[in-house]
Amino acid sequence: MSFKDKNFRIVGKPMPRHDAWEKVLGNVSYAGDHEIPGMLHVKVLRSEYAAARLIAIDTSAALAVKGVETVLTAEDVPNNETVTKFGQTHTVGGFEGLYRVLAEKKVRFFGEAVAIVAAKSPEICDEALKLIRVEYEPLEGVFDPAEALKPGAYLVGEDDSNLICQYKVRKGDIGAGFAKADVIVENTYRVPQVDHAYLETECGSAWLAEDGVLTIRASTQVIEHFRGIAEVLGLPQNKVRVIAPMVGGGFGGKEDITVETFLALVVFKTSKPCTMTWTREESLLSHGKRHAYTMKYKTGASSDGKLVALEVDILSDAGAYVYLSPWILLYSTVKATGPYNIETVKVDARTVLTNNIFASANRGFGGVQVCFAYERQMDEVAKALGMDPLELRRKNFLHQGDALATGRVLEHAVETEQTAINVRKMLGEKTVSDKANILIGQGIASSMMSYGRMTFLHDTSRSYVSIELDGSVTIRCGVQDIGCGQKSSLASIAAEVLGVELTDVTVYFGDTALTPLAGTTTATRQLYMSGNATLKAAQYIRDNLLNKGAEVLKVAVEDLDLADNKLVVDSDPSLAMPLAELVKICASDGVELFNLAQFNAPAREFMDFTTGQGQVFADFTFGSHGIEVAVDTDTGKAEVLKYVSSYDVGQALNTLSAEGQIEGGAIYGLGYGMTEEILYEKGRALNANLATYLIPTAMDVPDIEVDMIESHGGIGPFGAKGLGEPSSVPSAPAFVNAVCNAIGKSLSELPATPERILRALKN
Amino acid sequence: MTMNIEIKFNGQTKSLTVKTTQSLLSALREDAKAKEVKDGCSEGDCGACTILMDGKAVNSCLVLAPAADGCEIVTVKGLGDASNPSTLQRGFVTSGAIQCGFCTAGMVVSAKALLDTNPNPSRAEIREGLAGNLCRCTGYQKIIDAVECAAQKNNS
Ligand code: FES
Ligand code: FES
Repeated sequence: MSFKDKNFRIVGKPMPRHDAWEKVLGNVSYAGDHEIPGMLHVKVLRSEYAAARLIAIDTSAALAVKGVETVLTAEDVPNNETVTKFGQTHTVGGFEGLYRVLAEKKVRFFGEAVAIVAAKSPEICDEALKLIRVEYEPLEGVFDPAEALKPGAYLVGEDDSNLICQYKVRKGDIGAGFAKADVIVENTYRVPQVDHAYLETECGSAWLAEDGVLTIRASTQVIEHFRGIAEVLGLPQNKVRVIAPMVGGGFGGKEDITVETFLALVVFKTSKPCTMTWTREESLLSHGKRHAYTMKYKTGASSDGKLVALEVDILSDAGAYVYLSPWILLYSTVKATGPYNIETVKVDARTVLTNNIFASANRGFGGVQVCFAYERQMDEVAKALGMDPLELRRKNFLHQGDALATGRVLEHAVETEQTAINVRKMLGEKTVSDKANILIGQGIASSMMSYGRMTFLHDTSRSYVSIELDGSVTIRCGVQDIGCGQKSSLASIAAEVLGVELTDVTVYFGDTALTPLAGTTTATRQLYMSGNATLKAAQYIRDNLLNKGAEVLKVAVEDLDLADNKLVVDSDPSLAMPLAELVKICASDGVELFNLAQFNAPAREFMDFTTGQGQVFADFTFGSHGIEVAVDTDTGKAEVLKYVSSYDVGQALNTLSAEGQIEGGAIYGLGYGMTEEILYEKGRALNANLATYLIPTAMDVPDIEVDMIESHGGIGPFGAKGLGEPSSVPSAPAFVNAVCNAIGKSLSELPATPERILRALKN
Repeated sequence: MTMNIEIKFNGQTKSLTVKTTQSLLSALREDAKAKEVKDGCSEGDCGACTILMDGKAVNSCLVLAPAADGCEIVTVKGLGDASNPSTLQRGFVTSGAIQCGFCTAGMVVSAKALLDTNPNPSRAEIREGLAGNLCRCTGYQKIIDAVECAAQKNNS
């Protein structure tokens, strides 16, 4: 059993994760755990207005406090404003946004950073923060994207419009499509802004290394922000180093810069080491959120259940700064049809600045909002046709070889239909209620979610693998490990290919100085990208080892394999040689036992934005969720009785880990469906703590039954597909579809709270 | 204002000089350098800072450091180490209950307190016992599996 005949020893097995022991023993030093002798503490003064003109800032009283080292405002930042293509190191056009380190001219949102203080202790920082005098001229602001688009609306930024960008997709003659329809269903769906609520708030430390390199060790999904930080400080890029230790949860919220520039500025100004950890309130108030959307869906279907027309209008609230809004909107635009083959399609989408907290990446990246709309809409169309929701879906699912509305043909495995059939089967018969006030309902939802970045970004990743003289294996790869097993997956791949155990592999990760750059841990791309790079590097070493082995043992190379720390001869097991022995022979003969490999994602040109035609994504992960709920008609409370989830994972690298992703994704998404929402009053968030911003607890959720299909049809290593984001996408619509099925009414707004359910019941 | 306190920390006596208004969480992290105790909110809402104080699971962010004077404090590091991990720690690893790991130290300690009072809990009782510990990554299922598995091992 070996890599050679694809009877894997390690891949595809349930394995404890490579990084689990160090975590459970309490040995991991997260970004906020690092101490440096003499380090300063850094805190931020945040705006108490959502919209105001900044007239003057007086820091003199704060500076006079004993123990205060420095107080910095926009004036002190070498390049306080940079125009950046967020999250991107390859040059592309059309996706630029303003990155502003500290507020300048106008304050755009409540909680925006206005000044920073560095002092000997956190308490001194707090004292100094109170003494900074900021003169504001409050402005009216605008908090609703529809209002922000009206002529004469308050302008959030310095441009003459609040509109950031718009996209469209056109397929066929939409008028003719609707003319063919026997039923037309029209609904407006609304989803709120939500937070990532990772358990570890934004944190890090920074220092000036002896060689003059400004070094930042931070909780981040993107060490490659070292380039942006260098630009802010006016330093050469090779004088800034970013290290990402194990991250205590990311989900997209640590994709943009958080603490890094503040820490770097303090080191730049004082040459002293420093540290910063955001409070939970700060975290909730000031990092990017998931966009609130209003989505108008109009669907035409023939009486036999064929979808003949879909018209979609999306309005996205980008909040106060651009950040990743254009990219996210493009994801939504392309995915607005869901995994369905629809005869004629017209999609229009816009994203708009407001004075709410800025929105940016959040697990699902624009795929989540539209999934709520298209999957709710499928149930509404089914109802209008008097058809079973699964049957309607089955009549319209896209299959391998079909084209999306953008013209992009799905070349790889598409198992959506099978996952939908599976979840329906797993849900089984509806539970029978024995109480008059308890209504039972079931709902399903399917989704398509890309893994890997947009193909016009020409994405790349690098990984270095080497085998040491004792046969142990080292990987150096600049992945950020945000808890999904990024490091562990790479270890599994190298162990499989080089015939060693998982514990024989050491992985160095997340350091711009010492690990080859592997790109961002975002977009469900690391297993796909860095997995492929690691596979390529390990394969190179394997080939060298086997060629040398064939020469030494005088057997055909096809007869050889690496397994269980040995060179194995298939035809004559007695010839087996310990791996360490073979390695020594290679080393003394000058055979290369290391490799730095680069994996290039399939690259395409830009999508044609005038027609909405072209390729945007390399591949998708398809899956379905099924939920059974019990709704209490007296209280509106919906309890989840059953939760089932089915995915085509391509090839699971580690089945225990893959299951963990699917379960965790389901519950992350369920919070979106049931409770989560940033509540605002004129741009001021009212629930900036975990007592009022409610994420699911162990008591709120059931066990989840997981089904994994392995089509081997992905473009990741060994045919794997990505799971990080896809696992979370259909939770909310599955939940709300179940609630609607139970109560016989329609809900079109998230979260489906007891109050909203009661209101729907009364209508 | 500061005062001196003495605690028994993971089996060893430790003297700390703490401020009267300082939380036990802060004293443990900043003064005792017990970085395995995590701060997820400082407000009693997340459970990341859970420790055993005289055998009871408490949110150390809600306890004032002076109140710990003379108490026995146990963190996840006091439950076991690499050469001799506890059944709970082993259960968390083998069940796949750890993703980012930021909730883990608090979660394992809460689970320990639960099993000390109820050695054979049902899954529903485990969920109830861990309701004060948030985890954003796992969806809780494998954590429940881990505690169930440790309970079985303890009882066999
Ligand atoms: S840090 Fe103590 S409960 Fe969150
Ligand atoms: S494992 Fe990340 S919060 Fe629990």
